Amino acid sequence: MAPVVKIEEIHKIYDSGEIPVHAVRGVSLEIHRGEFVALMGASGSGKSTLMNLLGCLDRPTRGRYLLDDTDVSQLDRNELADIRNQKIGFVFQGFNLLARTTALENTELPMMYGQRHHSSREMRQRALHSLEIVGLSDRADHFPNQLSGGQQQRVAIARALANEPEILLADEPTGNLDSKTSVEVMGVFQKLNGQGITIVMVTHELDIARYCKRNLILRDGRLVRDELVQDCLQADEEMRKLREAEAAAKLTSA
Amino acid sequence: MRVINTIKVALRALRRNTMRSILTALGIIIGVGAVIAMVSIGNGAKAQVEAQVASLGENVITVFPGSFTAGGMRGGWGSMSTLTVDDSEAIRRETVNVLGVSPEMRDRAQVLANGLNWNTQIMGESPDYSTIRSWPIASGAMFTDQDVRSVAKVAVIGKTVADQLFPDGEELGQTIRIRNIPFKIVGILAAKGFNLFGQDQDDTVVIPYTSHMKRIARRPNINSILVQAASAKTIEKVQQDITDLLMQRRKGREQDFTVRNQVELAQAATATSETMTVLLSAIAGVSLVVGGIGIMNIMLVSVTERTREIGIRLAVGAHGRDVLLQFLIEAVILSSLGGIIGIALGVGFSELVSLKTGWPILVSPTSVVVAVAFSAVVGVFFGFYPARKAAQLDPIEALRYE
Repeated sequence: MAPVVKIEEIHKIYDSGEIPVHAVRGVSLEIHRGEFVALMGASGSGKSTLMNLLGCLDRPTRGRYLLDDTDVSQLDRNELADIRNQKIGFVFQGFNLLARTTALENTELPMMYGQRHHSSREMRQRALHSLEIVGLSDRADHFPNQLSGGQQQRVAIARALANEPEILLADEPTGNLDSKTSVEVMGVFQKLNGQGITIVMVTHELDIARYCKRNLILRDGRLVRDELVQDCLQADEEMRKLREAEAAAKLTSA
Repeated sequence: MRVINTIKVALRALRRNTMRSILTALGIIIGVGAVIAMVSIGNGAKAQVEAQVASLGENVITVFPGSFTAGGMRGGWGSMSTLTVDDSEAIRRETVNVLGVSPEMRDRAQVLANGLNWNTQIMGESPDYSTIRSWPIASGAMFTDQDVRSVAKVAVIGKTVADQLFPDGEELGQTIRIRNIPFKIVGILAAKGFNLFGQDQDDTVVIPYTSHMKRIARRPNINSILVQAASAKTIEKVQQDITDLLMQRRKGREQDFTVRNQVELAQAATATSETMTVLLSAIAGVSLVVGGIGIMNIMLVSVTERTREIGIRLAVGAHGRDVLLQFLIEAVILSSLGGIIGIALGVGFSELVSLKTGWPILVSPTSVVVAVAFSAVVGVFFGFYPARKAAQLDPIEALRYE
């Protein structure tokens, strides 16, 4: 089976400033269906740039990018927008939900800009289904400011899933969350991955990366390590441990 | 589908900032309201003036005597009495397309009757006067050509004079004394009201011009000649014919008269109100532009404020066009809504002015259509720049915007 993502010798050079910045220097990579990849690296390693390229938010300066067998490296602005709409789901560090807009309406957002026509009833049903997957169908009418950080990130995941994308891209999805909520969100990702959804996430936290199946490490715009994770952490397991630890803390303090 | 969704999104965004939306639309509301009110009031004033001009009579041409020149000093029109009854008779005889001619004599005099007295304008006219000035006789009848020939002591009096001298009514057949000469009242003129210059037209006594010349003024020359042309089309031709005829009668002497028509008078009178309308509309139009700039200002703030939102929309697959349309629709809704409220306000204000001043207010459908179209255009025009700015944002930059 063809890989979902196939990039060949991809380069990205920014020359907006005085000196051109070579952010990505020849990365080649294949990601297959059902993978759960963590993209790691120090700041300035080019991981965000690579993520933007993978997410079709930006075009590579050189190299080829095949997404689901389509060459997307030379598409124009609007064609890229359609690819993002149909094939990619985004989850951001800062959640990026529309304020004063309900969870349900936030989830409907990608369907509004789709090529396919959806009736408002259909949009609502599909959005509700997405919210159900992340366990928030009872919060459909809540506004983002009425939800906790973890819940907001789950709404963002539901939005990413709305158009049934080929690949889910998450940029530091746990960056704004405490450790317990991070585990909760990783649990959602693991569950989705278990259902066969391909996920690529950027993180700089080693323990978060251990929830993924494959770790990529970037340094100075080059891929320096690509390894499978030997002992994957299971979010359910970790959650249980955390709860036990909390209970123990309460017992001792009582 | 995408457009309908976009409209929904735009409406929701406006509703979220109700106060700001109202204040922004206020610029357009005031602009459109002002334009409509000004045009309506201007049109009303013009109609009022036109009605007053029409009260002078239809297709009336007036011949004034010429200027008096002595030792290089020129006296201006009317400074010399150069018109005679013969001139008037010549016009009546020799000019075609003329419905009526009346040589005019004017003098102020004290009028006595019924133990009361009143100073008023004494007009010497021909029986055509009533038709030339479209001034019907309310009771009794106009004096006749026979009265003119016989220098009869008969008078037709205006409403004001009748009221002043005969508070109890019963004027017809009574006698008034003008400069101590008794005149019998044969008719009462219908009330006509004030003229363009605020003079009470009903404050007058009309007698045969022959009687005026021989018994009251005791002058051989007449003050002016009133001529009624058959139609508006012939008025200029008649004017020219009269000039030619009178010149011919002067046998090569300098022109000592001037011929004016009512259209010229009307033009002079309506010119002022037209100038005012144009001026006020221009000021109102400026306020419309200022309102548009207000919309542009708010839309620019809105785009900056919602940079992140735009980034999110672009990231999930919105085209630049979708974002452009969203902000453009917001701007157009703001300005059109302002336009509609502005119309209501403008019409309301015009009605209020009409109520207070008694002017007829003519809300022209054209001004309403133009105002609405203009406000929508203002929305598109001033909304386009901010909307395009939003549409051209880079999604990565927009998402990173704090």
